[in-house]
Amino acid sequence: MNKFFQHICIWFVLIFLYAPIMILMVYSFTDSTMIGTIKNFSLQNYVTLFTTPELVSMIVGTFTLAIGVALLSTFLGTTGAIGAFYSKKRTRGAIEMANQIPVVNADVVTGFSICILMIIFFKVRKETFIPLVIGQTALCTPFVYLSVLPRLKQMDHSLYEAALDLGCTTSMALRKVVVPQIVPGIISGFMTAITLSLDDYFITTYTKPATFDTISTYVVNATRGSQTEIKTALWALSTLIFVLAALYVVAQNFTKKKEAK
Amino acid sequence: MKNRTLSRKQLAIPYAIFLLLFVVLPLLVVIYYGFTDKAGNVSFDNFINFFKNGKTIGTLVYSLAIALLTTIFSLLLAYPVALIIAKGAYSQKAKILMIFVLPMWINFTLRITALKEILTLIEGNLAHYQFFNTILCMVYDFLPFMIMPIYNSLTKLDNGLIEAASDLGANKFQVFVKVILPLSVPGIVSGVTMVFLPSMTNYVVLDMIYNSTYIMGSLIGSYFSAYDWNNGSVISIILLMIILGITMISNKYTDSEGKTEAVR
Repeated sequence: MNKFFQHICIWFVLIFLYAPIMILMVYSFTDSTMIGTIKNFSLQNYVTLFTTPELVSMIVGTFTLAIGVALLSTFLGTTGAIGAFYSKKRTRGAIEMANQIPVVNADVVTGFSICILMIIFFKVRKETFIPLVIGQTALCTPFVYLSVLPRLKQMDHSLYEAALDLGCTTSMALRKVVVPQIVPGIISGFMTAITLSLDDYFITTYTKPATFDTISTYVVNATRGSQTEIKTALWALSTLIFVLAALYVVAQNFTKKKEAK
Repeated sequence: MKNRTLSRKQLAIPYAIFLLLFVVLPLLVVIYYGFTDKAGNVSFDNFINFFKNGKTIGTLVYSLAIALLTTIFSLLLAYPVALIIAKGAYSQKAKILMIFVLPMWINFTLRITALKEILTLIEGNLAHYQFFNTILCMVYDFLPFMIMPIYNSLTKLDNGLIEAASDLGANKFQVFVKVILPLSVPGIVSGVTMVFLPSMTNYVVLDMIYNSTYIMGSLIGSYFSAYDWNNGSVISIILLMIILGITMISNKYTDSEGKTEAVR
């Protein structure tokens, strides 16, 4: 393949991926209500985004939920991975198999099955947020587990034994010796959990309280409605999320470079 | 000594209980509902009705067609991109890959909204090319998930093999067909599993672009809103069987690490 063709191919796909987001970003800074119409510069969308109580509570709710779920799944996934790693082969195999279910399963099925279990079987009311948190945690934890496990495999196990021999208690040895060595895996698991929770629509829609909305469920409902003010405010939200994601990725790149040095 | 190892193992207990309660048990409940009727008696009627009903079979076929086409087009777009990034003339491979997977971080409903606006601008009315639009939106949504695993398997590929093949007289096309392509199969397979199933069930995309509900996932949704747990469970079980099939096929070709890498 010659270079010219390579560039064309890369740029074609890049434009396909980015053009919609970019155009939306540009239009989020105008007062136009439809893409394609030329209007004036305006920050009205951003004002609407941060002053409409409905939108603000939806955004705060989404991120609070994501952080809560991510913390819970990081705890479960990390302890689960450490525990399973040192367990007998059969126990570990069983945990690994069950862990794989939410990863390969369709989100619709996961959401539906957890909803039936919680609401019909256990009779937990959706308003308690318990089905929602449990459902999203069931989706996110396996990915935390999978990102912690490779770090455990690379770890130097004699250090843990040495710590115990030198008088550490087991919990202290875990905190001071094991956890620091697997921190990169824990962090990347945490971030994956955050993204999965932010991106989730199916589990949320089956298990959420009627009055609560995350970005996903809110946007889907908004596209059915005809409120242009909300629609254009969501353009502003897309812009902000895009900028945040880009900043995160750049920062991640930067720290990786430092590590390499 | 015995005490020490015991306490590390015990860390797995909370997660093991969680998995049992909220991953395994829900599936058992779904199976129970799938094989019982509304009164709670064991019956296969739900399945018989599913396969007798033209509409549900049509939905199954339609979803499979969408998933198949989405997977094929994603693969056709993603493979050259992954190959160029991994083996092409670019020096900053990791950074370029970052640019391609960055959209994964943005909520998919927001991305589909963006694409919908552009399509409305170009086509005027989205109703004219429904099938085309569906595939386009699905490919747009899932493309990064295809690029990632293929790129990963291609970077692992030893350049020495490619050089050896060309030294031994293979032309560029032969090198690709005989060396690069076979060795990237694990990446392709894990990419396909990450795209095929979600695109078969992701009814939100269809719902957002033209309020259609003619896909497997939406059947669950419609039974769900009608409080019809039995028929919803039947669809779930059928999807689970398809998943099981795909997993069994893909396990033959991939190492277990494929999936994690794709996520990170």
